[in-house]
Amino acid sequence: MRRALSLAALAAAAAFPLVAQPLGWEFYVGFASRIMIYALAASSLNLILGYGGMLSFGHAAFVGAGAYVVGILMAEGVASAWVSWPLAIVVAGLLAAAVGAISLRTRGVYFIMITLAFAQMLYYIAVGMKAYGGEEGLNLATRSGVGLGLNLKDDATFYYVVLAILVAGLYGLHRLANARFGRVVEAIRENETRMEAIGFPTYRYKLVCFALGGAVAGLAGALLANQNSYVNPNLLYWTQSGSLMIMVILGGVGALYGGLLGAVALLVLEEVFSAYTIHWQLGVGTILLAIVLFAPQGLAGLFARRPDA
Amino acid sequence: MSKPLLALAALSFALAAPLHAADKVKIGFISTLSGPNAAIGADIRDGFNLALKLAGNKVGGLPAEVVIGDDQFNPDTGKQLADRMLKRDRVDLLTGMVFSNIMLAVVPAAFEQKVFYVSPNAAPSPLAGKQCNAFFFVASWPNDAYHEAAGQYATTKGFKNTYLIAPNYQAGKDSLAGFKRFYKGKVVDEVYTKLGQLDYAAEIAQIRAAKPEALYAFLPGGMGINFIKQFVAAGLSRDIQLIVPGFGSDQDIIRAVGEPMLGLFDTAHWSYDLDNEANRRFVAEFQKDYKRIPSVFAAQGYDTALLIDSAVRRVKGNLDNKDALRAAFKAADFRSVRGPFRFNRNQYPVQDYYLRVVSKDADGRIVNKKIGTVFTNHGDAYVQECGMK
Amino acid sequence: MSGILILEQTLNGLQFGLMLFLLAAGLTLVFGIMDMINLAHGSLYMVGAFLAATFAELTGSFWLAVGLSLVGTAIIGMAVELTVLRRLYARDHLSQVLATFALILIANELVRIVWGPQVPLNPPAGLEGPIELLPGLSYSSYRLVIIAVGLAVACLLYFVVTRTKTGMLVRAGASNREMATAMGVNIKVLFTLVFGFGAALCAIAGAMLGPILAVQVGMGESILILAFVVIVIGGIGSIRGALVGAILVGVVDTIGRAFIPALLREFLPPQFASALGPALASILIYVLMAAILFWKPQGLFPARG
Repeated sequence: MRRALSLAALAAAAAFPLVAQPLGWEFYVGFASRIMIYALAASSLNLILGYGGMLSFGHAAFVGAGAYVVGILMAEGVASAWVSWPLAIVVAGLLAAAVGAISLRTRGVYFIMITLAFAQMLYYIAVGMKAYGGEEGLNLATRSGVGLGLNLKDDATFYYVVLAILVAGLYGLHRLANARFGRVVEAIRENETRMEAIGFPTYRYKLVCFALGGAVAGLAGALLANQNSYVNPNLLYWTQSGSLMIMVILGGVGALYGGLLGAVALLVLEEVFSAYTIHWQLGVGTILLAIVLFAPQGLAGLFARRPDA
Repeated sequence: MSKPLLALAALSFALAAPLHAADKVKIGFISTLSGPNAAIGADIRDGFNLALKLAGNKVGGLPAEVVIGDDQFNPDTGKQLADRMLKRDRVDLLTGMVFSNIMLAVVPAAFEQKVFYVSPNAAPSPLAGKQCNAFFFVASWPNDAYHEAAGQYATTKGFKNTYLIAPNYQAGKDSLAGFKRFYKGKVVDEVYTKLGQLDYAAEIAQIRAAKPEALYAFLPGGMGINFIKQFVAAGLSRDIQLIVPGFGSDQDIIRAVGEPMLGLFDTAHWSYDLDNEANRRFVAEFQKDYKRIPSVFAAQGYDTALLIDSAVRRVKGNLDNKDALRAAFKAADFRSVRGPFRFNRNQYPVQDYYLRVVSKDADGRIVNKKIGTVFTNHGDAYVQECGMK
Repeated sequence: MSGILILEQTLNGLQFGLMLFLLAAGLTLVFGIMDMINLAHGSLYMVGAFLAATFAELTGSFWLAVGLSLVGTAIIGMAVELTVLRRLYARDHLSQVLATFALILIANELVRIVWGPQVPLNPPAGLEGPIELLPGLSYSSYRLVIIAVGLAVACLLYFVVTRTKTGMLVRAGASNREMATAMGVNIKVLFTLVFGFGAALCAIAGAMLGPILAVQVGMGESILILAFVVIVIGGIGSIRGALVGAILVGVVDTIGRAFIPALLREFLPPQFASALGPALASILIYVLMAAILFWKPQGLFPARG
């Protein structure tokens, strides 16, 4: 049943740009790309938060780092996606490894605060980078060049590239979760002391998980920079990390499609509500609150099979 | 074929080809309508709407449809609004933004889609010089201009040393660069604060320690309101002459700060008591409709609408011919509330700048009175870097 | 670098720090006793400021407005605690983060609907001008009053927490909740009262800072982060820690912001200094927090044994 649903969703997503043109919905193709990019970012956080159980409040910094790598390279004349996107992944991953190395030595609320502190530090560094826009941000002259006869400036082409990356990312998450690595990380989330007692190097596993999540976040950031043709320090601010967390929790912590469902839900809710009223945050906030209080498994929980008693 | 027949054939061809004239004009209006700087966006919007109302809600003879959006002082929000207006609502023209940083983030998309942006306020130096763009028209003044006039005034008045303060964004940098261009005294220090900062206690302490004769502060909107109040509260207004650009002491700030501002000198391209017919009508109608004295921002919003109206009228509603529309804008064939108006070749205005002082008018209201002229027919310093004709 | 400048900046830091303390005190109690992360604490601060502005306009008296706002915000805080927050005590931190984040969104919009995006609030009559503390230093009289109020509240809190029965119950609940319940303390009532008290403290801070900053929607978000940094530095559950942490953060932040850019300009070429200076100044408190956690992982004065 789940398999069929997933394939149907994929088919619908693939068909969307083709349908949008005649319906006059070109604007929404861009909107859909945006949702998918956030789905990727939220899924990368889901790896850390959901599967790994690490409450990282600074994830937006890794997304922002990836975005800035693309922006800075573009400003310096390097527009090729084959250079800037992998570099975004590497830089974000290394940053996450550095932040994780220090933060993972703490627990509980202190871990949350340290990750938050590091993210704020990166935010202020971005603000301080006058050469690359500082507070005002940086406009990208064009979208990254992919070659292969593809022009990312075309919204539909960009959409398909993003879709392909998202599918690859989710597939990777699926394989990782079911591999030994994923199972160990989840077990550590359940009971770290026990895993330590058995002999697993829990710190190392958590660090790798954290760095991986950061790396994929960097990729999402690179795509986001392209989507907006603009980067600015706001991407790294703590409220953005909060939004990502909302998406993960909304969609379902630790569920494969948690990031995707959460991103779709939050961004669609925002768009729908803002069409009706400027007070759309009231609607979104109320629904969020209701979900936390009454549907703790998030949206994915609604689709999950009931666990056998 | 005989000549008259040829002419007839040509005429019938011309008539048959669809003129593609629009049946209405859709204008996207994005501005800062919330937060501490909302008063500025509201003034621009009110001035703009007043001009439309006085023209029977028409622009160039065609019904006008204005789509309004609030950028919330956030470039991301502004960009998303613009994206929606350009791609979904398919506006013909874009206008409204207050702040340069938001505008600089938004306009590239408009230029790419060949949609004209008419600025009722922000006019940063990059777009006046190297990055000048055929689709960008400024209905206000070049960002540096007020500051150049203030620098000139400070030199004339003989202030030997001056402390400078501005927020850390393009317009802030432009402002102090402009001031220094015409100020011949000593600059004690040049401080850039965080954009949107509200508590200036730390900066005020530094200013007190530096003991300058004069202080030039470019802090628009909510930033200016707080700074002036705190400056006075710290007792510095007694020892240091505060000079501000015209929009640092206009009605939006006067409404919030009040009496402590009396005696403040500022420079601007417009004053509510400018003596021309268009301005008298504008000020009277604005006070009647909105029950408050218009600020320089309202005057700019009004002029922007008049400029757009004149351009659309000149191309007879044919907004698709971009070259013709551009020429129509350049002609600037309208009666501005500031008096004579013309564009420089970088599509920034060339105009006069006046010295004003905050004082009470005959009815006891606090206003900016024009007391002198600082520059006549003043352009901007960046036009030579612009490649446009 | 003159003595007057250092004195003035220290006063600025003290003023900022004491207001931060008012927020941190409530936050640390809620976190320490109820083990709950409350992101909506900043929203109570915002509501307090808006209420004060309205009451000031209605009654014409600033101080009366502060008092009324205090009561009003406490009532609102307790109402929220009874209806929503109660259900979150047993949940994990993640759910608390999400739920209180949702409360921030709701609070922002409700305030916007009732009051609009911003309302003016002026200092009380007579305090708009300076007071000459020393020849050459005329400090804003209103800021001095803020420092006085902050110190008064700190003393009051000290008295209540260390010398009264309620205070003792609060400290017991902070150091060991289960034991306190086992000893017969009515935990539910205690929680509600503590929350209401924290809300009242937020209201004082909001009302006092309103004339200096701006009473606007979203004003709680920026100060909330700093409050969290303070309680982590100070030690969760400890009011003494909140005070020390707040003053430390306030002074370090102000002095850092004031002197680091100037210091850098002595050593580095101007372009680097002007870019690096403000950035370093901003991250200084986060570096401070990381450093303190490294040396004392539970903060300076942890309440739990």
